Amino acid sequence: MTRFALRRLLSTVLVLFAISVVTFLIFFATPGVDPAARIAGRNADPATLAQVRHEFGLDRPLPVRYVLMMDHLLIKHDLTSYVNRGAAVIPQILHAAPVTLSLVIGAAVIWMVFGILIGTVSAATRGTIADPVLMIVGVVGVSVPVYWLGEVVNLITQDKLHSGVFSWVPPLGYVSLTANPVQWALHLLFPWLTLAVLYAGIYARVLRGELLEALNEDYVRTARAKGLSERRVLIAHALRCSLIPIVSLFGLDFGALIGGAALLNEVVFGLPGLGLLTYNSLQNLDLPVIIASVLYAAFFIVLANAVVDVVYAAIDPRVRRA
Amino acid sequence: MTATSTVTTPSALAPARGPWRTALADLARDRTAIASFAILMLIVVVCLLAPVYAHYIAHTDPFQSNVSGTTVVNGKTVPVLAPTTSGLGLGVTPIGPTGDVHHYFLGADSQGRDVMARLLYGGRNSLLIGLSSALICCVAAALLGVIAGYFGGVVDTILNWFFDVIWAFPVYLLAISLSVVLLTNGLRLGPLSVQAGSLWLPILIIAAVYVPYVARPVRGQVLALRGREFIQASIGIGGSDVRILRRDVLPNIAPMVLVFLPLMAAINMLTEAALSFLSVGVQPPAASWGTIINDGLGLLYTRPTVAIAPGLMVVITAVTLNLLGDSVRSALDPKARLRGAA
Repeated sequence: MTRFALRRLLSTVLVLFAISVVTFLIFFATPGVDPAARIAGRNADPATLAQVRHEFGLDRPLPVRYVLMMDHLLIKHDLTSYVNRGAAVIPQILHAAPVTLSLVIGAAVIWMVFGILIGTVSAATRGTIADPVLMIVGVVGVSVPVYWLGEVVNLITQDKLHSGVFSWVPPLGYVSLTANPVQWALHLLFPWLTLAVLYAGIYARVLRGELLEALNEDYVRTARAKGLSERRVLIAHALRCSLIPIVSLFGLDFGALIGGAALLNEVVFGLPGLGLLTYNSLQNLDLPVIIASVLYAAFFIVLANAVVDVVYAAIDPRVRRA
Repeated sequence: MTATSTVTTPSALAPARGPWRTALADLARDRTAIASFAILMLIVVVCLLAPVYAHYIAHTDPFQSNVSGTTVVNGKTVPVLAPTTSGLGLGVTPIGPTGDVHHYFLGADSQGRDVMARLLYGGRNSLLIGLSSALICCVAAALLGVIAGYFGGVVDTILNWFFDVIWAFPVYLLAISLSVVLLTNGLRLGPLSVQAGSLWLPILIIAAVYVPYVARPVRGQVLALRGREFIQASIGIGGSDVRILRRDVLPNIAPMVLVFLPLMAAINMLTEAALSFLSVGVQPPAASWGTIINDGLGLLYTRPTVAIAPGLMVVITAVTLNLLGDSVRSALDPKARLRGAA
């Protein structure tokens, strides 16, 4: 077990290392990409370019630059942005993280409740009209671009109806939980719902498939043969087993979203979270911020992967014994 | 028990048919599949007719800004871009939907271009990118997955590690990173050379970032197949790798890859729209549904149709592709067929 854990840890560190190298290479070693040109601005003369290159250490060999950047990021903790001179990167990330965390946790609660509810009801009502109707809802959920849905929501809640039915909706932006919990929830309500639509759709579809498969299994027949009620068979027997893939999906999605995958949502609703920070830094080729936020994101994804493995073993005895 | 009930489905009692023909017959009887396919084809054909619409019906060039142009609505000549009168009175408000297919059916964007014509041209790009990147992604992933699963050893370790690394990148962040870097300079990789504004860039980038999502399940399937008796037998009678891959492995993973194809097309089209919306996908003056949604962002409260129309097109296309994917899956996957019959 210890050896397994150690190997797992080592591969995690290796993957994170590889990601930092890949990100670094994408932005520094792709032919034709010149961070100095971006920093110096359009039409900078060669002297300025050379000066910028020297000042930012861009004239040094690639491996040296990589090591220096990682040293500043991970050991000295004083990496600064290329674009906003002197702005330290780590505080920016720490500042943005709670926004993203608030967005994702709220949305996760909503999509888990609705995803499981829709998936279970649709599997239980199979053969009736409710099942295809619910599944159409699910398909539409996975087919709607989240930023577009966000725009439509903004149009409805912020435009003409804002003086009527939706007068209680605050303007776009973010209020921190500690400053004002009610405003926090009000500001995040529509971003939560919008983000949850996609995932509720995915989870409902996956869960329905798993449940229908489980209902054909021998253990379900045994449960029915014992004379258990259909509801008990569905919830206590079939659903329990069918939730296992949902748990693993949830871990991966949650990790990716915490890491900044919610950026489209943040862009549309003007939430200054990690996704927005990463997106802005990508547009400016602000490499220190890019590296730091991509590593932050990758860390959560890899962590989520590991947690999923452990939880898997905890809820599924078959995995534990194997 | 379960096995017996599967075998005695009506399709199995009919004269023996290959699995592909059975699947095709299932699809032909599936009303959802036919309806989705018909709608999808309709969208494709209408978008392919974009030049015809722009040239012969709307008489407009959707790639040329028309800031000072005028058009005729209800017999009155009106400017395409009228000075804004409300609010601060700054800027201009483009003409709204006229409801007349001959000019500005869906209104104009902030550069006075006909949104309907751009919607059709944009649809061509969105569909092209979604479908071709799905095809490239599935073929590449199948190839890599088969190589990793069949040959094992060092090759497998390296490929699997490569999948792990891409997997740990948030998809959108990786796609945006690659786009930001490649959009300004194009891609030169050995013999492969892609111009900066080319549609091949989003196609290749989107295909690349989704490779692990298909390659991993393919690899798992090949690993399982490799242990099966019929493959062991092929190895035993001295079949070459090429022969085994072609005759034994390929027919067994082809259905799986085929199931992925429409679903990946939906995901890839949504990704293209997202990248273009963030202005790192299709580059102006070319259009895609994503770029038009982006154009409409600034006009959201004055001319909402500009953003809403392309979004609806994305939703409808993605829904048809997803439904088609579900139908293909239940036609090709015997387990899923059991589900449908139950």
